[in-house]
Amino acid sequence: MRIVAEHLSYTYNAGTPFAAKALDDVSLTIEEGEFFGVIGQTGSGKSTFVQHLNGLLRTPSSLKRGKKKDGTVLTVGGFDLTDRKTDFRALRRQVGMVFQYPENQLFAETVFSDVAFGYKNFAEKKPEAGEVERAVRDAISVVGLDYERVKDMSPFELSGGQKRRAAIAGVIVTKPEILVLDEPAAGLDPLGKREVMALLHKLKESWCKTVVIVSHDMDEVAENCTRVAVFSEGKVQYVLPPAELFRRTEELLRLGLDIPLTAKLVRALGQRGVTVDCDFTAEDLVRKLLALGGDQC
Amino acid sequence: MLKDVSFGQYYPVRSFVHSLDPRLKILFLIGYIVAIFLAQELLALGICAAVLLFAILLARIPLGKVLRAVKGVLFLVLFTAAVNIFFHGGDKVYWDGPALLWEWKIFRVTQAGIMLSVFLVLRLFLLVIGSSLLTYTTTPVSLTDGIESLLTPLKWVRFPVHELALIMSIALRFIPILMDETERIMNAQKARGASLDSGGPAKRVKAIVPVLIPLLLSAFRRADELGDAMDARCYSGGKNRTKYKKLRFSWRDLLAFALLAALIAGIVVMYIFPVFPL
Ligand SMILES: Nc1ncnc2c1ncn2[C@@H]1O[C@H](COP(=O)(O)OP(=O)(O)O)[C@@H](O)[C@H]1O
Ligand SMILES: [Mg+2]
Repeated sequence: MRIVAEHLSYTYNAGTPFAAKALDDVSLTIEEGEFFGVIGQTGSGKSTFVQHLNGLLRTPSSLKRGKKKDGTVLTVGGFDLTDRKTDFRALRRQVGMVFQYPENQLFAETVFSDVAFGYKNFAEKKPEAGEVERAVRDAISVVGLDYERVKDMSPFELSGGQKRRAAIAGVIVTKPEILVLDEPAAGLDPLGKREVMALLHKLKESWCKTVVIVSHDMDEVAENCTRVAVFSEGKVQYVLPPAELFRRTEELLRLGLDIPLTAKLVRALGQRGVTVDCDFTAEDLVRKLLALGGDQC
Repeated sequence: MLKDVSFGQYYPVRSFVHSLDPRLKILFLIGYIVAIFLAQELLALGICAAVLLFAILLARIPLGKVLRAVKGVLFLVLFTAAVNIFFHGGDKVYWDGPALLWEWKIFRVTQAGIMLSVFLVLRLFLLVIGSSLLTYTTTPVSLTDGIESLLTPLKWVRFPVHELALIMSIALRFIPILMDETERIMNAQKARGASLDSGGPAKRVKAIVPVLIPLLLSAFRRADELGDAMDARCYSGGKNRTKYKKLRFSWRDLLAFALLAALIAGIVVMYIFPVFPL
């Protein structure tokens, strides 16, 4: 499923003194099969944008009967999210959304019933016990938890990283085509971060076709994403593959963003007269540096 | 759905009413409520309504916003009105025509009944709108400051006034945070297919659990953190604490006070010498 947004704007509390414009004429396309990154300063509208993708935030024309379409385009696969008659429930089944600190949504008595929650909610008719169990077992196993050990535990007994995995399992249990994650690694230690990123790669290969992540960690973005959208004050500044985006070091720094360590190294080398042309993954940078030969380094 | 909760939210504009001393506004509201209950005829209530309208205009709050505060009590108001219209009876006439307008079994619609329900509806509206005007024009912080200051005499009988004010201000401070949190959790569960605003009562109660439990957990966590933060700053109750904002009366307050005094005096006079008694 392809995601297309054109001229998408959003204002919180429109028409009150608390009105806050969060998205301003955003246009971008995310192809099926991408590992798409969304970066930008805090408050730049990243979360607002991704919450549109499964209809948690809606365009005005999709909320009011008889409201004229206003040139905004927002489609996810065959779903037209600017249309009031769209089946948003069916959409949500296809677009899994993992919020920031998803462990805060855990509520059930056991990990099993928490993960089963989404599966049962989205089922067309009451699913058989065996069916639920199979889906839950698959989801818990794929996120790297030991099904037999955790299924009857309270989700609150798990460790921080395990809680987050359990919460992610609760979202992917319906096998969504698109998985959207809002800062999935926030607040985890370095090992936890690496594990979550590895998990996302695994999911992308075997479970969900498209992954969209909001992230603050530029190394993470440089290593993993096919393309990256840079948000600033509700507008999209760039949509580029990391290999091109991180050449624009100065612009990114001016937008208050960080650059990956590889880009910092390339920049420092550049200031000493050594030009390296790499795609900003650590692997590629090392290869290019070695190819330069010893005499220049 | 949470956006409908407009009752009691501060409305940030600068106005004469906003700049009044919160203590005075609280006293004004109490006086105003007394006046509404002393008003025994439509004319007196009309005067109260006029004063309120004047205050709303002074406060520069859109009328639509103020009227929305009534939505929460609309059911109560309609119920009261219906009971009085259909059951009040009475044979007094207020305009040309029969006293009894319509009758069916135990239901009797009379002129007196209609007048009484108009009166009661107006009274309820004035009460609700008047109270919401206080919270629209006063930040929660100055409201608690005002209440603490007004309750100071109770300290003499060892009533924990400061602690009460602290509890109030913490509660008020956390309402918007918890509302945000509720919305976030509701969104997270909706993304997992929870249908939070459809189905019968039993289904809805069940649907609330996935929101309520994470919300309670987060509230406890926040309470813990707040306690630690207060400890870390050596907070220890009200004795010898000074205030960041001192409350002071000014000429504006005197003006508002004069208006209230005139209103109450007028209503009391009308109470003793009714003009058009109901
Ligand atoms: N629920 C909300 N109500 C009002 N304003 C909001 C809400 N959520 C976000 N905003 C505002 O919208 C803007 C964009 O926020 P957000 O999309 O959360 O940014 P990001 O995820 O990039 O940090 C910010 O200015 C923020 O204050
Ligand atoms: Mg965000």
